[in-house]
Amino acid sequence: MSQSKLDLLQGTLDVMVLQTLEVLGPLHGYGIARRIEQISGNQVLLNQGTIYASLVRLQQRGWIAAKWGTSDNNRRAKFYSITKAGKKQLAQDTVYWQRLSGVMGRVLAMHGEGGEQ
Amino acid sequence: MRHSLREAFNRIRSFFRKDPLDQELNQEMASHLEMAVEENISRGISAEEARRQALVRFGGIQRSLELHRESRGLPWLDVLTQDLRFTFRTLKRDYGFTMIAVLILALGIGANITVFSVVNTILLRPLPFRNPQQLVRIVEKDPKAGESSKTYTADATQDFQQRNRCFQSVSGYFAFTGPDNFKLIGNGQPVPATGILVAEGFFQTLGVDPSLGRSFRSEEFVKHAKPVALLSYPFWKRQFGGDRSIVGRAIDLSNTSVTVIGVLPNTFDFGSVFSPGAKVDLFVPYIMDDFRDDGNDLALVGRLKEGVTLAEAQSEADQLFPQLYFDHKHPQIDAQTGKGVYTGQLTRLKDYIAGKLRRSLIVLWCAVGLILLIVCVNLSNLLLARLAARSKEFGMRSALGARRGRIVRQLLTESIVLAAAGAAFGLGLAYVTIRYLAHQGSIALPLLSMVRVDGTVLGWTLLIAVAAAVLFGSAPGGRMSSGNLQDLLKDSGGHGASDGRKHSRLRSTLVVTEIALACVLLVGAGLLLRSFLRVLELDLGFEPSHAAAISLDFDDGEKPATRAAKWREIVEHISSIPGVETAGIADNLPMSRNRSWGIAAKGEQKLNDRDFIPVFVYIVSPGYLKAMGMRLLEGRDITWHDILDNRKVVIINETVARRLWPGRNPIGRPAFAGGAEAEVIGVIADVRESGAEDNAGAQMYLPATKQFGPEGAYLVLRSKLPSTALARSVMMALRRIDPGQPATEFKSIQALVDRATSPRRFFVLLVGIFAGLGLLLAALGIYGVISYSVTRQRPEIGVRMALGATEARVQLDVIWRTMQLTLVGISVGFVASLAVSRLIAALLFRTAPGDPLTFAGMIVLLGTVALLAGYLPARRASKIDPMIALRSN
Repeated sequence: MSQSKLDLLQGTLDVMVLQTLEVLGPLHGYGIARRIEQISGNQVLLNQGTIYASLVRLQQRGWIAAKWGTSDNNRRAKFYSITKAGKKQLAQDTVYWQRLSGVMGRVLAMHGEGGEQ
Repeated sequence: MRHSLREAFNRIRSFFRKDPLDQELNQEMASHLEMAVEENISRGISAEEARRQALVRFGGIQRSLELHRESRGLPWLDVLTQDLRFTFRTLKRDYGFTMIAVLILALGIGANITVFSVVNTILLRPLPFRNPQQLVRIVEKDPKAGESSKTYTADATQDFQQRNRCFQSVSGYFAFTGPDNFKLIGNGQPVPATGILVAEGFFQTLGVDPSLGRSFRSEEFVKHAKPVALLSYPFWKRQFGGDRSIVGRAIDLSNTSVTVIGVLPNTFDFGSVFSPGAKVDLFVPYIMDDFRDDGNDLALVGRLKEGVTLAEAQSEADQLFPQLYFDHKHPQIDAQTGKGVYTGQLTRLKDYIAGKLRRSLIVLWCAVGLILLIVCVNLSNLLLARLAARSKEFGMRSALGARRGRIVRQLLTESIVLAAAGAAFGLGLAYVTIRYLAHQGSIALPLLSMVRVDGTVLGWTLLIAVAAAVLFGSAPGGRMSSGNLQDLLKDSGGHGASDGRKHSRLRSTLVVTEIALACVLLVGAGLLLRSFLRVLELDLGFEPSHAAAISLDFDDGEKPATRAAKWREIVEHISSIPGVETAGIADNLPMSRNRSWGIAAKGEQKLNDRDFIPVFVYIVSPGYLKAMGMRLLEGRDITWHDILDNRKVVIINETVARRLWPGRNPIGRPAFAGGAEAEVIGVIADVRESGAEDNAGAQMYLPATKQFGPEGAYLVLRSKLPSTALARSVMMALRRIDPGQPATEFKSIQALVDRATSPRRFFVLLVGIFAGLGLLLAALGIYGVISYSVTRQRPEIGVRMALGATEARVQLDVIWRTMQLTLVGISVGFVASLAVSRLIAALLFRTAPGDPLTFAGMIVLLGTVALLAGYLPARRASKIDPMIALRSN
């Protein structure tokens, strides 16, 4: 159900998009959205349309590039690919998110221990 | 950091490429949906269901588009353009309101820009010279003898130049040049020209370089040097068509061949700095050796050395000036103190020029600020009235989901748009006015020709426009943000007279403020006007109407006898022209330049320096006193017999008679005047010689046989005919006597007087216009408020009339309400005016700051106009038909 899906934190969608492009190479908007849904095991609450705001933002910052092309089933689509600057940014973001989730994990674990005492 | 810069750039770019970007996104979204539908179908879902699911997953196309726009463009600017577009639509719909609002603002802002640019030029902007703060004007500490005591002799100047340690350079100009003292002889009729004699290093001291050619050289300041001249830019343009090859060529100036060595830059306007209103055509060297015996005639300007303060230079001057000699051959030492007669007061050139005007200009500035305040109050009022009329619209918008902040922002946008339009038109208005002012030679204000719209003025315009917008926009905006929108919505239903009490109280307060401000302006203008009238009714000592003067050219070979003969010929010829009552000649006219010599009563003892009093001296022909309309109190005028017999005679004025022969009849007594013995033959009434508001000083009149130096002469004639009618025959007569007479114009003596009073006239006119504007705006404000309250009270008035109230009764009630507002406003204004009038006391002339007549007059005027403004709505109220009023509700 939709209530049980995760709300996306500010900024997380951008990282997901970057990571998807880094791993899978050039993709169109639909492809990216589908891939994120699949990877997250459909746990993320994503209106597919919001991905375009994220894409244009990343593009304006110079982290991804876009080009019109043809999809597998011969449909015109805009293909996005990660740039050098985007890779650097992704590396930074990865470190950040990993640290944050580590810290969050520890903090929440501490709460659990406290409950035991 | 780099990516945020890039992002900012891309956002701006995207803002301007809205349509192509939207289109691209639409394509992208369309193909997205198609791919989703395709995938769904491939999973075996019906086409219709596949499409539905795809749309659900996508989640709102419009929303995605807006999100996209927000993250790629400038969302705040989008909102602003929306607000602006809406504002323009609203203002266009309320055509009448917009016109009035913009007109009022344009007048208020335009007046402010004009006054500011004058203030900026005269008070704030540095003089147009290199490092102008180093420039200093040097005059006597107690300048009691007019121009003569603001000047120094050639000897004193040279001594000071050599002995001072504080100045980079000291130079000066010959202060006694009359207009049209040269004639340019070329093709056709001789052209009169005004040339100033400047001492060595004058332009270097000011830091002015010729735009063409070179400046004067040292060898051009020695006796019998080859004559050279520098041309002023306008003269060069006018007379030589801006011909660059003029440099190095010789021109004929008053029958002397003079080589033009250069042209001064257009930015250098000698007249506007040193002699307001005068136009100067050319400059020639002041050769000190030619003026050794002529007394004080150099006006000194110095440039301080780097790092030397004014105080240091002043203390040096206090030491040096008493040691300076008037004349090396005849050292003048005060017998009592054993010191010399000179003093030196240093004033920064800027302060010397603008100092006297500072107070007037600040008053003007304040007056125009008051106008802007009144304009803002008035607009506040108009906007509040409009707000009430639009409350339904706002209520509706709020009901449809507009937040209060958004509505307030909309209101402020309207204010800013109005202010911007007002500022734009105001700037145009100011531009025209400033151009007009800058070309007014008849206003003797310094630097006026340099008034223009520059960066500072534009900055000021922006500042006052924004200030005005905030000021008049805050009342409606504040009301909207504090009030309850739902109440507003209900309010506009217009049930009962009690609604909007708070609203009308605010508006009444605004009108009271307006009346009070207008009262202050009116009283101030009234006091200044009364002062001006006092100046006009002064006894000048001569009769300026029906008299005109023309500058004369004659060649007397510097011989007094030849001159006397020429003068006689001219005066006799001109007097015989039909229509001319009398004619006479003098070397100087009242209210223009002046110079002073000494006069003493001759007694038994040998005369001491201290027996002499400084007097303004005029060299005159018989008939001059009569032509000027001066009043001979005792004795007789100079006659041609006096001149032919070379009799030494002098006419003095009352002041001299009083000081030299107190309580005795001076007629027939011997005096020592202008370096020779002379018999007093007449006493005339005092003439104000340097300005209408200065007290008349000591004066004497010597016959034409007196040697008096190289300056010109003026023919004055008195006639009932306008001078234009006489000009032709007079000019023909003069040409017959002297073919070299240049084609100068007649100047009416009245114009001379007008020029002398022009700064005061200028200020009175402006303050008067502002006061009139204030009065008009206040009347508009009263009309608006009363008219509005009548509209709101229509049903109430209808009921009262239905119950038997008479028309007169209804009218009286409305007028009474007007009276209340006006009385409160005037009371506040009265108190404020009393305070303000003290502040402008120094600008008044023979008028008390609390002049009861002015106060009463202005208050009656304001009250009358206020009542009139209230009468119109009152009349409308009394014409209300009770049936219609009740039914329409």
